[in-house]
Amino acid sequence: MLKATGLEKRFGAVPALAGLDLAINAGEFFALLGGSGSGKSTLLRVLAGFEAPDAGALTLDGQDLLPVPPWARPINMMFQSYALFPHMNVADNIAYGLKRAGVAAEDRRSRIAAALDLVGLQGLETRRPQQLSGGQKQRVALARSLVMRPRLLLLDEPMAALDAGLRERTGLELRALQRKTGAAFIMVTHDQQEALALADRIAVLEAGRVAQIGPPQEVYARPATRFVARFLGAANVLEGRMRDGVFESAEAGTDIGTDLPAATIAVALRAEHIRLTSADEAPVMTGILEDAAFRGDDWLLIIRLRGGARLRVVHGAPPPAPGSAVGLAWGTASVVPLFA
Amino acid sequence: MGDGIGGAAFRVIRRGILLAPLWAWLLMLVAAPVLILGVMAFATPSDGVPPFTLGLRFAAFAMLVEDFYYAEALLAALRLAATTAGLCLLIAYPMALGMAGVRPAWRLPLLALLMLPFWTGFLLRLGAWIGLLRDEGLVNHLLRGLGITDEPLALLYTEGAMLAGMVHAYLPFAVLPLFTALIRLDPALLEAAADLGARPARLFFSVTLPLALPAAAAGFLLVFIPAAGEFVIPELLGPPEAQVIGRVLWQEFFQNRDWPLAAALALALLALLILPIRWFQRLGAGV
Repeated sequence: MLKATGLEKRFGAVPALAGLDLAINAGEFFALLGGSGSGKSTLLRVLAGFEAPDAGALTLDGQDLLPVPPWARPINMMFQSYALFPHMNVADNIAYGLKRAGVAAEDRRSRIAAALDLVGLQGLETRRPQQLSGGQKQRVALARSLVMRPRLLLLDEPMAALDAGLRERTGLELRALQRKTGAAFIMVTHDQQEALALADRIAVLEAGRVAQIGPPQEVYARPATRFVARFLGAANVLEGRMRDGVFESAEAGTDIGTDLPAATIAVALRAEHIRLTSADEAPVMTGILEDAAFRGDDWLLIIRLRGGARLRVVHGAPPPAPGSAVGLAWGTASVVPLFA
Repeated sequence: MGDGIGGAAFRVIRRGILLAPLWAWLLMLVAAPVLILGVMAFATPSDGVPPFTLGLRFAAFAMLVEDFYYAEALLAALRLAATTAGLCLLIAYPMALGMAGVRPAWRLPLLALLMLPFWTGFLLRLGAWIGLLRDEGLVNHLLRGLGITDEPLALLYTEGAMLAGMVHAYLPFAVLPLFTALIRLDPALLEAAADLGARPARLFFSVTLPLALPAAAAGFLLVFIPAAGEFVIPELLGPPEAQVIGRVLWQEFFQNRDWPLAAALALALLALLILPIRWFQRLGAGV
């Protein structure tokens, strides 16, 4: 439905988008994931029409979007600050877009009521934004966008301003709304949990480009680059090189794995896939337990390998004393080859 | 425990110390002058020094009601102040929009330029207007030099010259609150309006303008209130028939030396100006 090719945008000398390609399908929940400066917010602003790219193309259903001003784009956006009009009550805020679209008064009333119903805010029509809680403001902002029945809704960090306790539930409600309305959602977030939990597909952005794109499980299980592996779930990355079909890692102090592609330049190993070996089991690797931290469900262990690299390991039982030598093991399928 | 009676007393004393300068200011520069005016307004004019003898006489107030000259002067002053404030707003709004629209680094220099006239004497600037507008002035020279007119146009001592001087003198007071309101306007609000389908003109009238309304009211009153008592500009640039209250006050005080009447007049002006100030406070509280 939406297709971006070779988008470039600079702010002074700083490139925010550096030849970004992206295709969004109709009706999908898509998450743009990246750290600050990755270009995710700039991309959203380009899609909404608030920023013009320096180069590249942007089409919606094959139609060129770039010459279309923001007020004429069939795309709506929900702002991180919600941007509710402080001089209008809830109903007038939601009516604003309908009035601009020339929707008749009685039609408007029923659509506002339906939108408030959708987000569960019936009865708050006459409240001012200043009289609403953070969660209520977020819902009004959502209703104000959804009442326009957009085919594509952009959400800029929709949950960033909410309390941690409210975030999980709101996220699930957001996905339910997306399914119900059938609109495509593009959500920008820096929170990988949020992106993995809600989206049909995610794109990890790095320095103004898409580093990897795909369904959450796939991107999480098979990160393609060091950046994606570290960014998603903070995987352990061990540098090295392939020689005679074996991955040699000086950092680890031993060879790792078999059957890795010849282009492998590093491997990723998730902390939860590594286990400590028992006394009667041959370890894949040995190391010294440097530090341990109790996290509630489990312990996080920091283990220094012979070559000096440190591994994060998630361990389900009380760990041995710091300074102890430990044996480590993992399944061969847990070793993910990285190519960049 | 430590926050018992001793603590409360300490807080009262500390608040008293903090507020003392404010109270001293209000007493000495607001309450005392009004009280003096009040006493003076009921006195009898005389030839001595000071030119009145104390008493309880209502003649000055009766005169204000009986002689329409004074009511007309009050009305003329309010009309002039309202016109000035309205014109100032009309000019100040685009100025403030422009100043708020530039890059932040440019704002301070523009603000300094706005305040620059205050660095030269007020009378000097009025003198410059006289130099521009008089029969042998720059504007008339230019018009005749270009062959647009043969005779010098009567520009000075007209309503137009007076309004030009008034707007010139009071414009910064209208720009400043508008500028402050506009730079604090959240750009996301404007983007949200555009995103919901508002074209630039609609966006301006439905978001920018209403959100800057309290600031516009503040700007209007910051001009209106001092302009209502203005007497120098009508005196130096205005037509003789522009008998605004400020001018009449001046004449009563210094030419007719009828201090009781002048005091009564000043009190009447004060009473009239309290209304818009109250109105402004309500407006400020409502937003």
